Amino acid sequence: MTGVVHEEPLEKRSIISGIGQSEVGRKLNRSDIDLTVEAAIRAIEDAGLTRDDIDGLATYPGMGVGTPGFAGPTTPEVQDALRLELNWHDGGGEGPAQIRAVIAACLAVGAGLAKHVLVYRTVTESTAQGEGGRKGIGGSGGGGGGVPRFSGFLQWYLPFGAVSAANWIALVAQRRFHEFGLTREQLAQIALNARRNAGLNENAVYRDPMSLGDYLAARMISTPLCLFDCDAPSDGATAVIVSHRDYAKDARHTPIHVNAVGTGLKGRPSWDQFDDMTSMAARDAAASMWKRTELKPSDVDVAELYDGFSILTMVWLEAMGFCDRGESGPFVEGGDRIALGGSLPLNTAGGQLSGGRLHGFGLLHEAVVQLRGDGGERQVPNNPEVAAVSNGGGPIAGSMLLTARPR
Amino acid sequence: MIADGPSIRLLPRLDLDNEFFWTSGADGRLRFLRCRACESLVHPPAPRCPYCLAGYLSPEPVSGRGILESFTVNYQQWIPGSERYIVGLVSMIEQSDVRLTTNIVGADPKDVEIGMEVEVVFEHQDDVYLPLFRPVERSAK
Ligand SMILES: [Zn+2]
Repeated sequence: MTGVVHEEPLEKRSIISGIGQSEVGRKLNRSDIDLTVEAAIRAIEDAGLTRDDIDGLATYPGMGVGTPGFAGPTTPEVQDALRLELNWHDGGGEGPAQIRAVIAACLAVGAGLAKHVLVYRTVTESTAQGEGGRKGIGGSGGGGGGVPRFSGFLQWYLPFGAVSAANWIALVAQRRFHEFGLTREQLAQIALNARRNAGLNENAVYRDPMSLGDYLAARMISTPLCLFDCDAPSDGATAVIVSHRDYAKDARHTPIHVNAVGTGLKGRPSWDQFDDMTSMAARDAAASMWKRTELKPSDVDVAELYDGFSILTMVWLEAMGFCDRGESGPFVEGGDRIALGGSLPLNTAGGQLSGGRLHGFGLLHEAVVQLRGDGGERQVPNNPEVAAVSNGGGPIAGSMLLTARPR
Repeated sequence: MIADGPSIRLLPRLDLDNEFFWTSGADGRLRFLRCRACESLVHPPAPRCPYCLAGYLSPEPVSGRGILESFTVNYQQWIPGSERYIVGLVSMIEQSDVRLTTNIVGADPKDVEIGMEVEVVFEHQDDVYLPLFRPVERSAK
């Protein structure tokens, strides 16, 4: 007898009430838990709360996975460091990219499992790197009989020297050059825009002006990606407080409303077997997000799109519907459209390319700053009300749509 | 100078599921699992056919020919001592959604282009035969 029930998406019951960032930089030589606690205390205070109010805790990826400096502290370590009493807790590396931890927190709050969730993401990849250069996944091998063997998905890449995400993503980039006529000059706009905005962000790791000539002269990492197409391993922690919207009227700063989350994954979850290698999971995550909201891509006033590699931002511009498939090159051409005063201001704090590799959460932090109107010199004009945030690349993607008032 | 691959090959750990694949080149043939029910090629190895969920999969030789879907010339010294090498993504002629990440060998980067036809050659390392691909000679087409 009952018809289709149009329930309100659960995530709409949540707000981001507080944000906090630790010191951010290269080779800080501080521990991950030290940076995390610093960011957490700032976020809790920013929300107008005390640690006694925090009853939820979440992170990505949790329990030590990946290369040194990648994982950050576990939720038990952070719970104990802050002596939190929790009703809900969650850490994990699988799901809709790094932002999965924030999405999980939104759903926990919506379901009544917690009222105020501290969500954090911490990296110490710059310090962990030591004096040497950036390492690929799988490390440097070691030589001789001691070279380890590899199982799981890495076995399909490492034997061929496709050791880093830079290689896997370079394949995406080269395909886009071939299929859509993308040029290095167009791709450069993502890096140049990031550097321009980083110049207005005193916490950014790379702030010196960069020209197109500088970009084109940079050394190659894996063609067609050069040094400036790759983000910079950094140290830093970012924390946000996800609260129930009932707290909105009491929050210390403008509460930022969660409008929709993007969690879809339809293609094969693999770097080399995904059906359309020019889009991959970003396509599915963004599509699922737009199904959960009345808002349209044209409503977005500021975009914070994942730029672990410049080409991923191009993929996201299309996946999010800001331009048609294959059209992101012409879309960013010249850079005016994505600049602070353009029709779609992009990665306004310098993204990861110049702001530092805070692994997705830096972009979320900046979206909240912009929607609050706290961007200072880099504030997007005319009171932006809707922000799109995305995390991830290749077969891993998640996204969120945030608004400055309930929508 | 362009190399066939990195200075050190990080090799797969052989197990019950992948051993046939990584040792297939011992007789010069590339093999994938084929479903006896729907005839699909399945890669990476899976317990059942993911297309029809039938359980009858067994390794079967393929032509070893494919199409280059994308490539990159690696410069970064992820593995110390490596010269530049070409990483390619190759789809199989028999079934285009079966793809291998591999090295493109026997070709200068300037002659490598997406869409070109390539064929398998094996590099023997320890107990593993790595499937690499080289351009198909025009006269051989
Ligand atoms: Zn089948």
